[in-house]
Formats: sequence, structure tokens, C-alpha cells
Amino acid sequence: MSADTKQNPITQNTITIDGQEIPFLAGQTIMDAALAAGVYIPHLCHRQGLTPHGSCKLCVVDIASRSASACTMPAVAGQQISNNTPALNEARKTITQMLFIEGNHICPSCEKCGDCTLQAMAYHLGMLGGHFPQFFQRREVDASHPTIMLDRDRCILCELCVRASREVDGKDVFAIAGRGINAHLVVNSVRGKLVDSDLETSDMAAHICPVGAILIKEHGYEVPIGQRTFDLHQVSEVGLEKTILTKVRQPDE
Amino acid sequence: MKNVSDADSNTAGTTGLIRPIIAKAYKESPHLLHVLYALQQQCLHISDEAVREVAAHLDLPTSQVDAVVEFYSFFHKIPRGRYDILFSNCTSCGYLAGGVDLMALLGQQLGIVAGNTRGDGLVSMGQTSCIGMCDHGAALLVNGMPIVSLDAAMIARIAALVEAETLLEDWPAGWFQVDDNIRVSGLLLKDDLTAGTGLRAMLALGAADTLSAIIQSGLRGRGGAGFSTGMKWQFCREAQGAAHYVVCNADEGEPGTFKDRVLLHSYADSLFEGMAVCAFAVGANQGYLYLRGEYRYLLPHLQSVLVRRRELGLLGVDILGQPGFSFDIGIVVGAGAYICGEESALIESLEGKRGIPRVRPPFPVTHGYLGQPTVVNNVETFIAAAHIVLRGSAWFRAVGTEKSAGSKILSISGDCAAPGIYEYPFGVTIRQVLNDCGAKDAQAVQVGGPSGMLIGSAEFDRRLDFGDLPTGGSLMVFSQARDLLAVIVNFAHFFAHESCGFCTPCRVGTVLLKNGLDKIAGGHGTQYDLDEMQRLVTLVKFRSHCGLGQTAANPILDGLQRFPQVFEQRLVQRDFEPHFDLDAALEDARQISHRDDAAAHIE
Repeated sequence: MSADTKQNPITQNTITIDGQEIPFLAGQTIMDAALAAGVYIPHLCHRQGLTPHGSCKLCVVDIASRSASACTMPAVAGQQISNNTPALNEARKTITQMLFIEGNHICPSCEKCGDCTLQAMAYHLGMLGGHFPQFFQRREVDASHPTIMLDRDRCILCELCVRASREVDGKDVFAIAGRGINAHLVVNSVRGKLVDSDLETSDMAAHICPVGAILIKEHGYEVPIGQRTFDLHQVSEVGLEKTILTKVRQPDE
Repeated sequence: MKNVSDADSNTAGTTGLIRPIIAKAYKESPHLLHVLYALQQQCLHISDEAVREVAAHLDLPTSQVDAVVEFYSFFHKIPRGRYDILFSNCTSCGYLAGGVDLMALLGQQLGIVAGNTRGDGLVSMGQTSCIGMCDHGAALLVNGMPIVSLDAAMIARIAALVEAETLLEDWPAGWFQVDDNIRVSGLLLKDDLTAGTGLRAMLALGAADTLSAIIQSGLRGRGGAGFSTGMKWQFCREAQGAAHYVVCNADEGEPGTFKDRVLLHSYADSLFEGMAVCAFAVGANQGYLYLRGEYRYLLPHLQSVLVRRRELGLLGVDILGQPGFSFDIGIVVGAGAYICGEESALIESLEGKRGIPRVRPPFPVTHGYLGQPTVVNNVETFIAAAHIVLRGSAWFRAVGTEKSAGSKILSISGDCAAPGIYEYPFGVTIRQVLNDCGAKDAQAVQVGGPSGMLIGSAEFDRRLDFGDLPTGGSLMVFSQARDLLAVIVNFAHFFAHESCGFCTPCRVGTVLLKNGLDKIAGGHGTQYDLDEMQRLVTLVKFRSHCGLGQTAANPILDGLQRFPQVFEQRLVQRDFEPHFDLDAALEDARQISHRDDAAAHIE
């Protein structure tokens, strides 16, 4: 391998995903390089510009025969990566089902329906149902904030809001507490209520939720079902996240 | 932060009690876990108000304090009893270890259901993961103090002592006696180092040669992963950073392991010597011993050894008169979380956070404690290192095998005549070990604890070393009389309880595995459920974030492969059987109505 790279300098800064050679820059992860090249690797807890997390595990890929999270694994010259394979997509479907059954996701009655990345992921992976018995966990709803709603029933613990608040908004509104299946989103305020926090509607953390756990009040059903993001787009369209976030943050435009 | 005054005025009454406790604890040790421990001890719980006060005093986000309280098993938001009794649920030192359900027995006598605090606030009772007393039979912790070798008669006496509100110091002293039970001594256990001899040898060698000696000795990490200790130290030494740290992982949580308990109790000098050797080799000035909360009773002893070593000039500034060689050790005590045995989770916990394993790379040797280069080694590894600098790498290499130099200290428990500590050269066969500990009719051995490997009698000629059967030291013996499925179910419950919850496959997968196994063990499983297990174990094993998830399915995987009959004989011959169990669902109603007659059941 090392002899090859010496002979062919082009391969020095490329990785191979499903046979396709993809360039990368020093410091990029596999996910960074893939997205920059327009190659979709399924993901829920990843968002460009925020510290990679590696928790949802939707972006599992195989490097040679070792499993890795594409969003946290640094790209290294010559990596042979499997991504869009039946076996990996089957694993991803099972992981998506796990996320569905541990929470309480009632798509038809959820305002996020059609704009929900988890739901779109399920369609993308051909998921027809939760498969596993529902956990029916009791999760607290926090409607204390005048303009923002927190429904933990739908939280998938991706920590996008945690990171967005810390890294972009310069606040520290959210955190995860508890262990194992009891892990849950908490609000950093004296009584743990959203209303006591310094979260504002203009914060990225108020809009980044990929599911319907954090919603802006009084804007429900402004976009009719059938015309929502994933009614018009596939989750696998690279760069779509930016469109979604821009659209939601400026609903009047 | 609006409405602060609101919240304050609601609870101003208890603030006066909480603040001095926090201030005093903080003065003694500013570590978040220690401050929370003081509150838990004195207030029997950590209220929302206490969380706010701690956050204010330590200048931390409320959410971080809240998150930590809810993460560790020994912190509670709801008050515990003045006597807080926790039975181990390990297969070797658990409440079922003697064949009688001792927890149920105590519950009957105290009128309390497991997991609850009694109405009068006198006592609470529950279960906890292995407390490392596996060589002593059934064991429990009462207000953090271990009581070992439990039997039904002792349970009756405990109930009486609790009811009479007898102070713990007036309980029979013998109950708290934890013996070392060293049965076979080898390379490290034969003789303890005289304090300072290792350090003098090290100073004579110099840092570079000390490191070479460790590399040449072939010493590999004794926690089970077996990374070269010398290479780890070298990577850390070469890493750039404002400071370097040495951390000892004494969070011995693997069920069936108790060797560190013995080493900390009787070989603490050698351990601290080894940590100082490491500090010298990598250029560290500060070290930490991360002690599992279950071993808090060893803290006074460990502190006294540190004090003595400071007095002898073996810790502190210019150790043994060597200018510039300054190193000290602090002890941080955990609070009930197996995951903190994973080195990066341990570092998170050291930093006062939840024990969530970090994304790797980068590894702790370059980005560890406070983001600085850090060596994390097992207790046994540091002790071996101290011996190696004194006696030389050849002395160490002369024992063991080519790839696995030296000895391994085993914690042997379960169905054998003489459970305890056994030190063998690497390469010893399971058969030899079983003979020595008096395990006459073993059907299976769990090597390396639940996260290790379950092997059957056909494999007893396999060898304990990094090439064949690597182990952190736990060896649990299961006789022919054991219900192996019950053992595997126990392990599945353990992992579901200890999963940190960070990644989806482990967080949800360990619960699905637990539920599936319960269904099969309860006589409601079908071939379909068994196939589901097979599919899930693969996912959890290969797609989880850290070592916990990657090994959590091992007992089931090994069980399905080596002992398929223990699953199959419980299956019902139907295509499908629902997870929902109508009779079990009525349990709450039976509890409420105090009925347990035939008509209150559906079969």
C-alpha cells in the first residue's frame, strides 16, 4: 500500500467510499469528506459546524471490516469504506427502529410530521414499523416557555440542541441527564423549566431539533402536510439541512 | 435566569442546612462527586435545591450538577432511609448467591419492598451491581460499608439492629471484616516492596532507562485490553501538553473481580510507588487514584498510606531529594457506575461530569484529563511496573509467555471450594486453575467477567494469556447444578443497568436483550425470539460506541454458541408469543389489593 501511494501521489489525500474515490483535507472526518463530495451517509446527530458527536450511530460505516462512525472518524489516506450496502442499511434501519420504540413517536399527530428527519430516515431505510415492542416511557412535557415547546416524548438524545446552544448561541440551555435508558434532556435553569432559561426563539437551539421535541409555538401547521420538506425532498439530498434550518428560522420569507 | 427569587422563596427553609454542608465538603475536597457524596450522606438525598446550591458554590451549570446526580447510582433525588441497604446482585456475591433470596427475606422482616424507602424513613433497601466481595459469598453495603458472608441468621439480626436503630459502629465488628483470601502468590504477591526501594532504583536508572525497562519487560495492561504499558507511557511522554497526568483506574466494576480490593488493601505502597515511577517516566506532577464508590471503606487506609509516603519524602516536592521530581496523588471516589472503568469515561468522571466514554481518537495519552496527556493504568499494572524497575525487565520476562510476560492475578469466585486471589504465570490452563481452587464439577467458566468469555468444559485446556483467553482477572465458576440461563439473564440485566445511554445500539439494545431474555427465561419465548436475540447481539456488539456496548452481548453470544440447549429447552413450540404478559401486567393491581390468590391470576 505504501509503495502504491508513493507511486501515485493523487491517492495520498483520498479515501474510497463504495468504490468511489473521494478527496479530503487534513482534519476532515469521513462524513465531512463524503458530504463535501455529495455522497450521502445517513446521519441524525451530525450537523456541519457543530462538534461531531457520534451517538446516534446512523452513520456507521465499515472501514476494511471494522465498524466506525463516519462523523467522528478522521479521514485517513487510502481508507476503503463501505457505506451504502444492504447490511449497513439493515443495521441503520434497526437503529432507527430502536429510536422510534424507546420514545413516543406518533407521527400522524405530530406537528413535525413531514419535516422530521427521523421520519424521513425511516422512509429512506424502508422501515415499515417499529418492529420491537414499544417501551412506553413516561417523559415530561415542558410547555412553560411562552414561545417554545419542549416535548421529550420525541427526543432522540442527539444533543444537537445541546451543542447548538453551547457552540453557536453562546448559551448553555440544554444537557443530558440520567443514565442508560433513563437518559433524558434537561434544561439548565433553576427549576429545570424552559421558561426560566435564557432560550430565545432566535436561537439556533430552538430550531435545530431533527424531530418534534423542540417546537416554536403558534406556528403549527403553517405549511400544510404534503408540502413539507420531506414531501418534496429526500433525506439523502446532501446540503438539505441548511435549507431546512434557513427555512424554519425565517418562516416569513 | 428569570424567576430566581420565586424558586428561592419556596425553599428558603432548608438552604440554611445545605449551605454549610456544601461549604465544609468543598473545603475538604472541591470535587463535585465528593461534595455530592457529603450531601447524600447528611441529607439522605440531593434535592433540587441542593443541586442549585452546589451549582452556585462550585460555579457549574445547574444542568451539569443535575446530570451528574442522575447518572451515578449512589446519588438520589428522593430521600433514602437512615439505613441504606444495598444488596449486591452479582452471581457470586449477590443476594441469591447462597441459594436463598436474602433480599426478599430482609424485605419481609423489615416490611419493605426492594427498591423502596420505608414510610418512616428508617430504612431503604435495594440492589446494586457487584460490590467486589465475590470471595465472601452474599454481601451488601449498609451506608456504604460492606457486610460479607451473609446468611439467613445474619439477615434476622440485621433487621433487629435496624429496627432498634443501633449505630453502625455498634454492629458486630466481625461482619465488616473483609479478608484478602490470597490462595496462590506469584511474582507480585510473594513479597511487598519496601516503600521507596522501587523509586531509588528508578532514580538510579534515570527516566529514559526506566521507560526502556518497562518497554523491554513486555508488560501489558492488566485491565484486560493488554496494550503495551511501555508504549503507552512513551506516547504520553512524547505528547505536548501544559501538564501530564498519571491516573490509576481502581474502578474495578467487572462482576467477579476483586483483586484490586486486595491490592489496594495490602499492596497500596507498591501501587503508589508504581504511579510515581510512571510520573517520573512521563514527566507528570499530579496523579489521581479513581476509587470505585463500592470501595470507599478503603479510603481512610489509602489516605493514611499517602500521608506516610509524604512524610517519608516519597511523594511531594523533590521526591527522595531529586531536584525537580515532584509528584503527588489525589484520590477521587466514584459513586456507582461501571462505565467509569472505561478509561475515557473515567477521565470524564474525574472532571466532575457524567461518565460518558469519549470519541477516540484522540486517545488519553495525548488528550486525557483536562485535555492533557494522561496515562491511565490498572492497579495491577502500576504494581508490576514498580517491581520491574527494582528487579529488571529480564526478571519479569522470565515468567509467563513470549507475548504475555509476567503473571496475572485472578479473582476466582463462584462454585469452588476456595474462592479468592490466585496469581499465576500467564499461560496457565483453565483446568489447572479449576483444580487449584477446588472446582470439581464445573460446567462453564466466565473468563474476564460478563464482558469476557463464557466457555464450557471442552475448552478447559485453553490458556489464560493475551493470545488465547485474555482477562482482566475475573474468573467465575459455574457448576453442573447452575442454571446457566439465569446467569446469562443476570449479566444482561447488569449491562442494561450500566449502559451510559450515549449511543443508540447500547442504550436501547441492552434493554431489548434484557427483555428478550426475560421472556425466554420466563417460558414465553419462541424460536422467533431466539432469532431476534441473534440479530440484536450482532448489532449491539459491532455498532456500539465503546467497550461496554461492544462486549455487553458476549454472554448471550457465547451462550447461544456453546450452550444453545439452555435457551432451547425453555422455548414454547409456537410460531409467536406476544411480549405482553397479561398475568404479569396484573402484578400492580395485586400489590394494591393485597391479593395473590388463584382468582387474582390469569394463566
